[in-house]
Amino acid sequence: MIEELPTRLYAWFLQLLQKIGLPSIIVDIVGAFLIAISTCAVFLALFALTSVLERKILARVQNRLGPNRVGPFGLLQPVADGIKMLIKEDIIPHNADKILHFLAPVLALIPSLLVLAILPYGSNLVPVNLNSGLLYYFAISAIAEIAIFLAGWAGNNKYSVLGAMRAIAQILSYELPLATSALCVALAAGSLSLPQIVQSQNNYLLGLFPNWFLFTPWGLAAGLVFFIAALAETNRSPFDLPEGESELVAGHLTEYSGFKYATFFIAEYVGMFAICALFVTLFLGGWLPPLPFLAFIPSWIWFFAKVCFIAFVMIWIRATLPRMRIDHLLSFAWKFLLPLAFSAFFALLLWHYLGRNILSSLLSFAFIVAAYFALGYPFTQRYSPRKRTYLFSE
Amino acid sequence: MQIPGSGILKGLAVTARNMIGSYFEPERLITQQYPEEKPKLPERARVFPFLIYDGSDPETGIRCTSCKICEKECPPQCIYIVQDRDQNGKPIKRPKIFNIDISVCMSCGICVEVCPFDSIRMDTEFELSSFDRFSSLILDKSRLLKPNSYYHQIHPTEAAQTDERIEAERRKKQAASAAKNTPSKPTTPSQPSTPPQTPNSIQTERPPASTPAATS
Ligand code: SF4
Ligand code: SF4
Repeated sequence: MIEELPTRLYAWFLQLLQKIGLPSIIVDIVGAFLIAISTCAVFLALFALTSVLERKILARVQNRLGPNRVGPFGLLQPVADGIKMLIKEDIIPHNADKILHFLAPVLALIPSLLVLAILPYGSNLVPVNLNSGLLYYFAISAIAEIAIFLAGWAGNNKYSVLGAMRAIAQILSYELPLATSALCVALAAGSLSLPQIVQSQNNYLLGLFPNWFLFTPWGLAAGLVFFIAALAETNRSPFDLPEGESELVAGHLTEYSGFKYATFFIAEYVGMFAICALFVTLFLGGWLPPLPFLAFIPSWIWFFAKVCFIAFVMIWIRATLPRMRIDHLLSFAWKFLLPLAFSAFFALLLWHYLGRNILSSLLSFAFIVAAYFALGYPFTQRYSPRKRTYLFSE
Repeated sequence: MQIPGSGILKGLAVTARNMIGSYFEPERLITQQYPEEKPKLPERARVFPFLIYDGSDPETGIRCTSCKICEKECPPQCIYIVQDRDQNGKPIKRPKIFNIDISVCMSCGICVEVCPFDSIRMDTEFELSSFDRFSSLILDKSRLLKPNSYYHQIHPTEAAQTDERIEAERRKKQAASAAKNTPSKPTTPSQPSTPPQTPNSIQTERPPASTPAATS
């Protein structure tokens, strides 16, 4: 019953519309809007909730209490923040490119909402069942980079441009390991369609142990790479260099105020939830329950529980790690994540072509561990800069 | 060999311990929830001065004799005193107006140091913000006068010392007047309000500036 609650509500509403006597084309359009709006609304509500819970968690890590003034336990804080953002002056710098300055926040928000369309939220809750959903996700989320650069450029401010350039360097470098590790999943599942990928994880080892891709030897590495790259893609700490306020004021957000600024934040958080949802779909079995007898809990609750857990881990990491330096960041992407993603790919081939049995699992696990240690070794060494030689000075 | 990434896991463990610990060990949370939970001020805390009165009636029990030493000594000149007069126009040792402009007062405590009658002391009340810049920031006599018990409450040690000293002075004076009274006329008015001429043992902790001679 609860499992089908969203779909039944939807069907009931459409029937209601038909009974009123609306032509079927209008009913279809209204139905499509209803799905779009409700999906967006769920994620915007999640954003509002996280904006206060994140501060609460960060506060608890630092042994503080966090926001607790507005409403019970400070839960109405997002309302206060929203009002504050709305009534702030919207400053457009004198030399800014007015049109681009307005366009950038819009362009940042739209792709992060668009990618919500293809995510499978439950066993029968897929807004759009694209058979190339994974491709769609990467294609659409790449638009957000343009938005960031647009924001940096339009402000006509050196800090914004520097932040935007960092953002482009970072996001482009991390897109490669992200896509490569997602590719492993697509190969293992034999499909680019996200509902199909979830279905292909739908069996249990010995009737108990979930057969999710994260628990395969190659999936462990690919999942790690995907998660780290996802942190970087969404500008989450420790990869929040583009808006590193200690060096760049606020990076591409320097020249934004009021609701445009808030729009960037909404885009960032919705994007973070979208990529958490993608991680859950690809590696954590999407809406599947972790144990078969827990299937009585509706699938969409499982899905959102997992998404919230991954978002919590992201906040946890934010509370732990300091911001990286730009050269460390890039060398980490190119010298560690990308090779590790390729070795996950190779391990997947071993695993698959040796018959997906215990022996092949062990083999590919050994390969992954060897690759992890070999690639990680330089990063465990103490950093000793080479002696600089200057060409023209001295 | 060090395992790559082990440092990150260690760090995550530390933050997790802190986060979970903050729910179970209340002593970890050191934030004071200010408006609900009043800060526990140290005993020496001082904000703005107030006037002490003895007994229950502020008008008769007021210790201030309107000697105006504090008015003269106050560095930013924020004390304003007008001496009271009786029907015949004779000045009496009581202030008619005693105002302190706390928007000017710099909480230096010099008025407390110089007062020879232990009449003015520093308060610990700091929630004094108001919507009005002028009248509500000038404390008049009615807002300044507080009973001695209040002083005991906010600065127990200091108040006990003050009481002890006053008591000792009173006894000394009594003994002196008793000694004076037995040989000569008993009707000589004792002078309860003259400042002590010789510093006694407790007086030594106050600077010599407290004698009126040093202030001129
Ligand atoms: S504390 Fe200092 S500034 Fe304030 S009234 Fe006394 S002498 Fe004046
Ligand atoms: S010095 Fe003391 S007694 Fe003299 S006017 Fe000031 S408060 Fe009153």
